[in-house]
Amino acid sequence: MAFYRPAPYQKPVAIAVLLAMLALPSVLTAFGQEFYIGFATRVLIFALAASSLNLVLGFGGMFSLGHAAFFGVGAYAAATCLNSGIGDALLAFPLAMLAAGLFALVVGAISLRTRGVYFIMITLAFAQMAYYLFISARVWGGDDGLSLASRMTLGGFSLSSDSALYFVALACLALSIVFLGRLADARFGRVIQAIRENETRMEALGYPVFRYRLICFALGGALAGLAGALLANLTGLASPNLLQWTQSGTLLVMVIIGGVGYLYGGVVGALVLLCLEEVLAGFTLHWHIALGLLLLGIVLFAPKGVAALFGKRHG
Amino acid sequence: MAEALLEVRSLSRRFAAVDALQGVNFSVEAGEVHALIGPNGAGKTTFIHHVSGALQPDSGSVHFSGADVTALSMHQRVAAGMARSYQITNVFLGLSALDNVALAVQGRADAGSSFRFWKPARNEQRLFDEAHDFLNQVGLAWRAESLAGNLAHGEQRALELAMALATRPKMLLLDEPMAGAGPEESARMVELIEHLARHVTILLVEHDMNAVFRLADRVSVLVNGCLICTGTPDEVRADPEVRRAYLGDHL
Amino acid sequence: MTQLFLEQALNGLQFGLMLFLLAAGLTLVFGIMDCINLAHGSLYMVGAYLVAAAAQAADSFWIGLGAGVAGAAVLGLLLELSLFRQLYKRDHLSQVLATFALILIANEAVRIIWGAQPVMLNPPEALSGPVEIGNFFYPAYRLVIIGFGLAVAGLLYLLVAKSRVGMWVRAGASNREMTEALGINVQALFTAVFVFGTALCALAGGLLGPLLAVQVGMGESVLILAFVVIIIGGIGSIRGALVGSLIVGSVDTLGRALLPTLLRALLPADAASTLGPALASILIYLLMAGILFFKPQGLFPARA
Ligand SMILES: Nc1ncnc2c1ncn2[C@@H]1O[C@H](COP(=O)(O)OP(=O)(O)OP(=O)(O)O)[C@@H](O)[C@H]1O
Ligand SMILES: [Mg+2]
Repeated sequence: MAFYRPAPYQKPVAIAVLLAMLALPSVLTAFGQEFYIGFATRVLIFALAASSLNLVLGFGGMFSLGHAAFFGVGAYAAATCLNSGIGDALLAFPLAMLAAGLFALVVGAISLRTRGVYFIMITLAFAQMAYYLFISARVWGGDDGLSLASRMTLGGFSLSSDSALYFVALACLALSIVFLGRLADARFGRVIQAIRENETRMEALGYPVFRYRLICFALGGALAGLAGALLANLTGLASPNLLQWTQSGTLLVMVIIGGVGYLYGGVVGALVLLCLEEVLAGFTLHWHIALGLLLLGIVLFAPKGVAALFGKRHG
Repeated sequence: MAEALLEVRSLSRRFAAVDALQGVNFSVEAGEVHALIGPNGAGKTTFIHHVSGALQPDSGSVHFSGADVTALSMHQRVAAGMARSYQITNVFLGLSALDNVALAVQGRADAGSSFRFWKPARNEQRLFDEAHDFLNQVGLAWRAESLAGNLAHGEQRALELAMALATRPKMLLLDEPMAGAGPEESARMVELIEHLARHVTILLVEHDMNAVFRLADRVSVLVNGCLICTGTPDEVRADPEVRRAYLGDHL
Repeated sequence: MTQLFLEQALNGLQFGLMLFLLAAGLTLVFGIMDCINLAHGSLYMVGAYLVAAAAQAADSFWIGLGAGVAGAAVLGLLLELSLFRQLYKRDHLSQVLATFALILIANEAVRIIWGAQPVMLNPPEALSGPVEIGNFFYPAYRLVIIGFGLAVAGLLYLLVAKSRVGMWVRAGASNREMTEALGINVQALFTAVFVFGTALCALAGGLLGPLLAVQVGMGESVLILAFVVIIIGGIGSIRGALVGSLIVGSVDTLGRALLPTLLRALLPADAASTLGPALASILIYLLMAGILFFKPQGLFPARA
């Protein structure tokens, strides 16, 4: 595989979509559909979380099945910040990223010593550990999770209106995508993509592979933490469910649907999956079966992933 | 006598039922071309793996440039000045030849940190100029933009060499650089190695005896994991034990 | 205190043996087929439901257990032939995606068939009371589970260590290409191992049914415990799975029972009551991390 290069039409499309997204809240309000602002914010947040996993999985080639742990740690960190008086997102969000990033650093330092099936299982196990830690510790509210007394502020502006939070989530996602796009093209991005292709060769060229992988893993964790902090604001709750391993599975499904190793893979995947959920759930209580069959179909009939159905990755 | 650049002391390694290396003592002087020969399965590649740090020995030690590097990992040994090529071509098939070499240049300590997350590496003219020079040295400049996967076998061998050179090593570990190459390609490779040997110490594993006797200052013979003899090409050619154990009537 | 300790040690043994039933099949699937199967826990859940349903229909726990396990084995066979056979050749990403999809389908299918409420599964009448061991009472049914677990572990040991099939299995776990080169029918071997693994985990599900609630999602947390067992023991190693199961079972059980008491003796009451449950619940993961740090391949790596 080659280094990631965006398709030429990608940038104009992205800018057009961004402009449309900026107008979305007013459009929804005009049609009396404010309810969907919350849904759109959810999509943005999951798009960010899935993109962070895509950095780890798609660009770094590390098959983590515990990514939701960093998502959850970010949410708990944000809730803890708010409840202990740090109510401004300008400080709380970076702290949430730091907490999630540091946790990822520790998990990565142990798990990245292993490969293959082992790595998958170990990341899963560590995420489960975090899950149990949060539900069994009373300071974090146990099974009920940690609720936020209110939403945060951002540089003094309140985020209590749904559209305010929507714009913040949009900004976080847009900035992260720009960052990831630059990263893929920068020295670091080239190194991790080459490591994904052939780690032994990179060692033999003098690269400390472990260190690059670890930093990539921790960066992914920090971005997931940012998504978690946003979600805690949206739902008013840091819930242990966020750390459940099925959540990691969901993020993974998003990345795979959207395209592993594509810059917009996480965004597309989150949009498709959450909309699908919304639509299927309207038809039947048992929409999980439909989703499961769909995924099976994807694996069996689109062996190279859905993204491969739409076009090639490499220019 | 000059201090040896590479010194390997009683190196032993066992795989399940195979004693791949048995107490090998071996040294390469700075500036020489030292060939390591031996029949198939003698343990030559395994030896290169241990020198380069891809494998850890059961016992024994590896010293490079006066320092014990036995405990160092592969990338640390590269930083210390060792570079290797692989017997089975090992390049990034999905990248252009130029990108392959640029990665090797970028990995060098003097090329600056690679923990850079923002500036597009594509615009770093210096990296690519230098990569181009190395491609030029191995005669591949005209193929710079081709995907490595589309190169002919001999060209891939040359690319492999350019990548090793781009780390600016003190010593090159070449594992059968002529493997699978046609006669013309081999001749070009011999010329290239002859040229490189003026600037860099070379440990050469090779089956092609004409190449070995033309290039090597000294030759060592490995048989069944044991080093049975080291000497000038003429001494080795004359050694009865070598004749018996390995060369037979090749010579 | 010693009484509590003994009782908890027995509980730990019982839990560990049940984990072994789950982990044994899984570690072979991972080791031999290099295939990651997240749906193993779902097979455990489906096994428990089948046993419960059959036991209710036949009005006998033992008939239910036999029929349920057989049913699960048939299901495993169908799954292997239709899906897993294709998955072995695929990358881990596809395997995870497909088996994740199976979990979604299994959970929802169970919910449709048996409803969202937990299903009751009663232990056999004769075993519902306690028996006296030395100077304390212990539930008879748990003793039977321990007996079952020990018997299966012994049987499996004989099968893998002594029989010809076991030799193939071990060879397959340590070097797949070699096994194929020896002309062993690898596909049939894979099918047999998979079906056998399914039967074992259904057996665990059925035996644990009377102790735990038979409900949707019961397979998922236990699946991760089985993963921890395999990580600790080393992929592809039956011996590793047994040792890992016993370690995880006893550390988890004893930790939950004794750690809070222990901490109360060492720390101020306030700190102990916050720290105790939290520490107990993550004890095995810390243990796993510690073992991995020194042995990244687990305690008994099947591949050198
Ligand atoms: N990873 C391994 N596991 C088990 N045995 C190995 C391993 N690597 C090498 N061997 C064995 O060690 C011996 C030496 O192999 P090696 O590849 O070093 O030989 P060689 O001299 O490079 O041969 P050739 O000239 O064919 O390249 C052989 O018997 C080989 O089968
Ligand atoms: Mg060789």
